Amino acid sequence: MRPLGGQRRGASRKRGGSVNLYQLASPATFYPFAGKLAPWFAIAAALLTIAGLWIGFGIAPTDFQQGEAYRIIFIHVPTAWMSMFIYLVMGFWSILALTFNTRLSAMMAQSLVPSGALMTFIALWTGALWGRPTWGTYWAWDARMTSELILLFLYFGVMALRNAIDDARRADRACAVLTIVGAVNIPIIYFSVQWWNTLHQGASVSMTAAPKMASIMLMGMLVMAFAAWFYTIAVSLWRVQAIILERERGAGWISARLGLAGASR
Amino acid sequence: MGEPGEAASRAMAREGAIVPERELEFGVGAALRWSVARDLRLALRSRSELGVQLMFYVIVVTLFPLASTPERTLLAIMGPGVLWVAALLASLLSLPRLFASDFGDGTLEQIAMSPYPLPALVFGKIVAHWLTTGLPIVLLAPLLGIQYGLDATALTIVTLSLLVGTPILSLLGAIGAALTLGVRGGGSLLALLILPLYVPVLIFGAGAADAVRAGLSASANLSLLGAGLLIALVGAPLATAASVRIALD
Repeated sequence: MRPLGGQRRGASRKRGGSVNLYQLASPATFYPFAGKLAPWFAIAAALLTIAGLWIGFGIAPTDFQQGEAYRIIFIHVPTAWMSMFIYLVMGFWSILALTFNTRLSAMMAQSLVPSGALMTFIALWTGALWGRPTWGTYWAWDARMTSELILLFLYFGVMALRNAIDDARRADRACAVLTIVGAVNIPIIYFSVQWWNTLHQGASVSMTAAPKMASIMLMGMLVMAFAAWFYTIAVSLWRVQAIILERERGAGWISARLGLAGASR
Repeated sequence: MGEPGEAASRAMAREGAIVPERELEFGVGAALRWSVARDLRLALRSRSELGVQLMFYVIVVTLFPLASTPERTLLAIMGPGVLWVAALLASLLSLPRLFASDFGDGTLEQIAMSPYPLPALVFGKIVAHWLTTGLPIVLLAPLLGIQYGLDATALTIVTLSLLVGTPILSLLGAIGAALTLGVRGGGSLLALLILPLYVPVLIFGAGAADAVRAGLSASANLSLLGAGLLIALVGAPLATAASVRIALD
């Protein structure tokens, strides 16, 4: 499946014409494409964040059970969703990277890891802050919290493996294998932890017993979820640009694009 | 099958005697048999290394009562979990041995170049690894369980769960061992990669004894462990073989 990579020298010349997906698989074509898209996603993310926070903190009514503390869900739930969704997307890019041996797929997977870890961390942190006033404890061995924590470990594992391997192509494929193995494991981990939790009923806290949510709250959460999604897209596009610059620093198109005289370094 | 003979050693393997020569068809069975036999022979020649790993297991299990309490009722509750955590750590400790020395002296490259299917060769290594590290842990478990005051049923269940569960540890661990071959900080990195993946095995394994203690049947736990073993048997050799190829590139 080399043709994808093989096109990259000529691809930049075709810019301006109709761009098909195969051409986008070449870093030289994708670099300007990502640069064009990212600001739009960033603007959309900013607007949606403002709207979502306004709905969440301004419009949504106070919860009669949890008081104002519940408002942390407008950050907690979207980040928790994203933390799992990002891992799935990483799995998707990893499968592409392994089957077609495309460099850009692996770069996309790589660009998503920090965002995924960040989302997981925020979800855990806000969950702890939410748990304190609601359940009276920062941490409970609840199934979701425990599997979210393990998800964070998986993200850290991918990052650590990436950092430990000097050869970028080898790191790409090793991380792809690890990501896929992790993706297969995530549902198993989730159900095992859930079952373990029901077996130990001792300190059980029920997150599912919350009263039905008002539609305005749901709306705020959805808007924030889209904000988190677009933020992730924007940031990972910028990050993938940085990765392309770093990895392809010897390529001619980069010095041409950056207006440098010779090949950089 | 063209066995490399009793006197075959690493040195011979390095010279290319590693590929069984006689027949034309390169079957899975032959690859498996050769690989298991070779790794078992190598393991038996470094018995002290195996002994160290077992001692590690025994010592870790001994440390828990010293760190918490010698009270029998509490120990009986903790026992299965402690045995399982110690088994996890002992398995982790032994994993780098799986490929590292073969990778270091180039044997692994020769193995990967042989016409036999690499997943089968790798699976043979995993089987040998379990026989030399997992099985002794299973056999020692009843003895250590007695130290924790487990009764007969609990001892049986823990041993059974370890018997089904430790092969999964070897299978999953092999993926991590292959991914971290020749990588900076391999050992501690391996722990970070593999321990989160061990979580379901730990939960179902230690949960089996817990379920019995709670008056439930352990069959659900053991069945799930068995299902996990089947999945790992199918998936892990393929993933490990892919990782070995990545490491050798």
